[in-house]
Amino acid sequence: MDVLDLARIQFGVTTVYHFLFVPVTIGLSLVVAILQTMWRSTGKTVYLRATKFWGKLFLINIAMGVVTGIVQEFQFGMNWSAYSRFVGDVFGAPLAFEALVAFFLESTFIGIWIFGWDRLRPGLHLACIWLVAFGTVASAYFILAANAFMQNPVGYQLNETAGRAELTDFGAVLTNPVALAAFPHTVFASWLTAGVVVVAVSGYHFMHRRDLDVHRPAMRLGVLTTLIGGLGLVLSGDSLGKVMTATQPMKMAAAEALYQTTYSAPFSVLTIGSLDGRHGTPIIEIPGLLSFLATGSFSGRVEGINDLNAQYNDLFGPGDYIPYIPLTYWTFRAMIGFGLLAMAMAVIVWWSTRRGRLPAHRLFWPVVMWMALTPFLANSSGWIFTEMGRQPWVVFSLYQTSEAVSPRVGAATVLTSLIGFTLVYLILAVIALKLFFKYAKAGPPAEETALASSSPSDDPDKPMAFAY
Amino acid sequence: MELTTIWFIAIAVLFTGYFVLEGFDFGVGMLLPVLGREERERRAMINTIGPVWDGNEVWLITAGGAMFAAFPHWYASLFSGFYLLFFLILLGLIVRGVAFEYRGKGDTARWRRRWDACLVAGSALPAFLWGMVVANIVRGVPLDANFDYTGSFWGLLNGYALLGGLTMLLLFATHGAYFLHLRTTGDLSARARAIGLRLGAATAVPALAFLVWTQAAHGNGASLVLVVGAVLALVAGLALDFKGRGGWAFAATALTIALASAALFCALWPDVLPSTGDPANGLTAQNAAATEKTLGIMTWAAVVFLPIVLLYQGWTYWVFRKRVSVDRIPEERIPVA
Repeated sequence: MDVLDLARIQFGVTTVYHFLFVPVTIGLSLVVAILQTMWRSTGKTVYLRATKFWGKLFLINIAMGVVTGIVQEFQFGMNWSAYSRFVGDVFGAPLAFEALVAFFLESTFIGIWIFGWDRLRPGLHLACIWLVAFGTVASAYFILAANAFMQNPVGYQLNETAGRAELTDFGAVLTNPVALAAFPHTVFASWLTAGVVVVAVSGYHFMHRRDLDVHRPAMRLGVLTTLIGGLGLVLSGDSLGKVMTATQPMKMAAAEALYQTTYSAPFSVLTIGSLDGRHGTPIIEIPGLLSFLATGSFSGRVEGINDLNAQYNDLFGPGDYIPYIPLTYWTFRAMIGFGLLAMAMAVIVWWSTRRGRLPAHRLFWPVVMWMALTPFLANSSGWIFTEMGRQPWVVFSLYQTSEAVSPRVGAATVLTSLIGFTLVYLILAVIALKLFFKYAKAGPPAEETALASSSPSDDPDKPMAFAY
Repeated sequence: MELTTIWFIAIAVLFTGYFVLEGFDFGVGMLLPVLGREERERRAMINTIGPVWDGNEVWLITAGGAMFAAFPHWYASLFSGFYLLFFLILLGLIVRGVAFEYRGKGDTARWRRRWDACLVAGSALPAFLWGMVVANIVRGVPLDANFDYTGSFWGLLNGYALLGGLTMLLLFATHGAYFLHLRTTGDLSARARAIGLRLGAATAVPALAFLVWTQAAHGNGASLVLVVGAVLALVAGLALDFKGRGGWAFAATALTIALASAALFCALWPDVLPSTGDPANGLTAQNAAATEKTLGIMTWAAVVFLPIVLLYQGWTYWVFRKRVSVDRIPEERIPVA
C-alpha cells in the first residue's frame, strides 16, 4: 500500500468515527435544551430529572466528538499538504470561521453549563445550553460549506502561476447550493439520530417499567424528533439529490449504477448479480423513480456513467472518471434504507405507546434498542457515498485525490499514525460505549438529588453541585 | 499595515493566547500526582480548570484554522513536515480531553488511576512537543522548492528544539502551580505555592539558556526587549509566589509565556518557516500568504468576533472565580448502577 491509500484510509477511519458522535451532539444538545426549557416553564421536576439524565449522556458523547474533531483539522496539513496549498485560500476561511464563530461558543458555554448549575440564575443557565445547541448547528454549517467546495467549487478563480484556487466571492462559497442543501440534510439526520437514541434508551426503561414519569415525556420527544428529522431528511434529501445531479451527474449515475443514459430511469431497491450492477438482475425495481429523484420528473433524462466518462475524457483529458460503483451503489441504498427503518421504528413505537399503552411482546423493546444502530449506519453510509462518489476528484473537476497527498511524507509515517489513531479510537469506543450504557441503565437521578444541585446557592460551604 | 503583517501578528496572538491559557491547564494536569495526595485533592485540582479547559483548547483550533486560511503554505509545510510531532500532540490532547470527562464517571480506584495517567501524559507530552514545534519553526528546517520538508523525524530532535521543549514543559508546570496556589485553599494551596517556588527556580535555567540562544542565533532588537521582559517576569513570579501572592505570581508567569512567545515570533519575522538549505525555499509572511481578498475577509471576522469571544470567555473566569476548596468536593459521588 502506498502513501495515498494509507492517507485515504486514515481520512475515512477518522472521519467516519468523528461523525458517529457529531450528529448525537447536534441532536442531543437540542433535546437537552428542550427538556430544560420544559422544566423551567412548567416547574415539574420530572423534566429536571430528564434534563440531568440526558445531559450526562450528552456529555459522554460530546467529549469524544470534541477530541476527534481536532484530528480532522490537522490532518489536512499532515496528510494532504498539496491539497492544503491548492485550496487553502478558499477552504481555510470556513474552517477558521467555524472555530471563531461556532466552536468557541460551543466549548465555552458547555463548560459554563456543566459547572454553572448552582452559580448562575436559572434563566441564564438555560441560555447556556441553547447557545451550545446553536453553536453545534453553526459549526455544521461552516464545515459543510467547506465540504461543498470540494463537491461543487464556486466563488474562486484558478491562478495558474501560483498553482492554486483563489477566493473571488466568499458569499458564493457560503451559499454554495450544495451547502444549502446538505446543511438541512445533516441537521435533520442529527435530529433523527438523537431521536432514535432517546427512543432506544427510554425503551430500555419502558421494558423494565422504571421511572416512566421521566421517560414517557422523553420518549414522546424522541419519537417526535425522529419523525421530524426523518421527514426533513426525505425533503432535504430530495433537493440535495437534484443539486447533486446538476453539479455532479456522475455521482447520481453511480448511485444507481446507471451505465447508459436513460429516460424514465428506474430505481432498483435490491439487485442480484455482479456487485457493480453491470450485469445485475433487479429484484425490486421502482419505475421512473431515479429520474424523479434526479430531475423531479418520472420521465426525466438521467445521464449514464459511460456517457459521462466519455464527456469527462473530452473535458479533462484521457482517464477513468468513474467512482467505485459497488460502494456508491450500496452505500446509497444503505443510507436511505436505514433511515427509513429508523422512521418506521419511531412510528411503531409511537403507535404502541399511545395513551399510556405498554407493548407486551418480550422482543418489542430489545428490537427497538437494536434499532439504535440504524441512524449511525445511515449517517456513515451517506458520507461514504458523498465522498466516494466524488472520486477520482478531491475537488470535483479541479483537483484529483492522487495529486492531493503530502509529497514528502513517507508511508511508514502515515502507517504509524493510522495504527495509532485506530488503536486509540478503538479503545475509546469501547470505554465510551460502556460508560454510555452504564449511565443509560442507571436512569435519572432521584428528585431530591436533582433538585439539590439545580439552583444558585450562597452557602460557601455547600458541596459543589457538579464536580469532575 | 499590510494584511500579511496583520495576520502574522494574529497567528502569533492566537498561539500565544493558547500557550498562556492551555499552559496552566497542562500545568495542573502534570502536577496531579505530585500535589494531589488523595482523591479529593486531585478532584479539587481538576475542578479548578474543569469549566474552562475546553474553551482554552479552542484557541488552538482557531489558530490552526486561521493559519490554514491566512498562510496555506505555512500550514501545509508545518503540519506535513512536523508530522510525528503533531501526531503525538494529537494523541495527548485526545486522551487528556476524554480523561477530564470520564475520570469521575467510574467507581474504582483503578479506573481513576488510569485516567490520571492519561491526564499527566496528555498534559506533559503536548507541553514538551509544542516547545519543540515552536523552536524548530524559529530555527528553520530543510525545505525543497515546493516548500516541503525534506528532513526526517530525527532532524527535529536537535538540541535547540529539545531545550525549547524542556523550557515549555517546566514553564507550564510553574504556571499551573501558581494557578493552583491562586485557585485552591488551605494546605493544597500552600503546597502549590511551595512546589511553584521550586519549579520556578528550575525553569529559570533552561528558560534563560533557551531565550539567550534564541536571541543570539535568531534575535533582533525587538526580540531582545521581549526576552529581557520575559526573564524579568519569570523572576518576578518567583518573588511574588514566595511572598504568597498567588494571583500576581500567576499573572507574572502568564506574562512570561506571552513575552517569550512574542519574542519567538519576533525573532521569526518576516519568515514563517525559514529554510536551512537554500534560503529561496524558505517561507515568509509574503510567499506563504493567502490572497488579499481572503485576508481581508478574515480580518473583518476577527475584528467582529474575537472581542465577543474574549468577552464571554472572560465572563467564564468571572463566574468561576471562587477558589475551589477540598472541603467542598463531595465526599462520595452519587452512586450509579
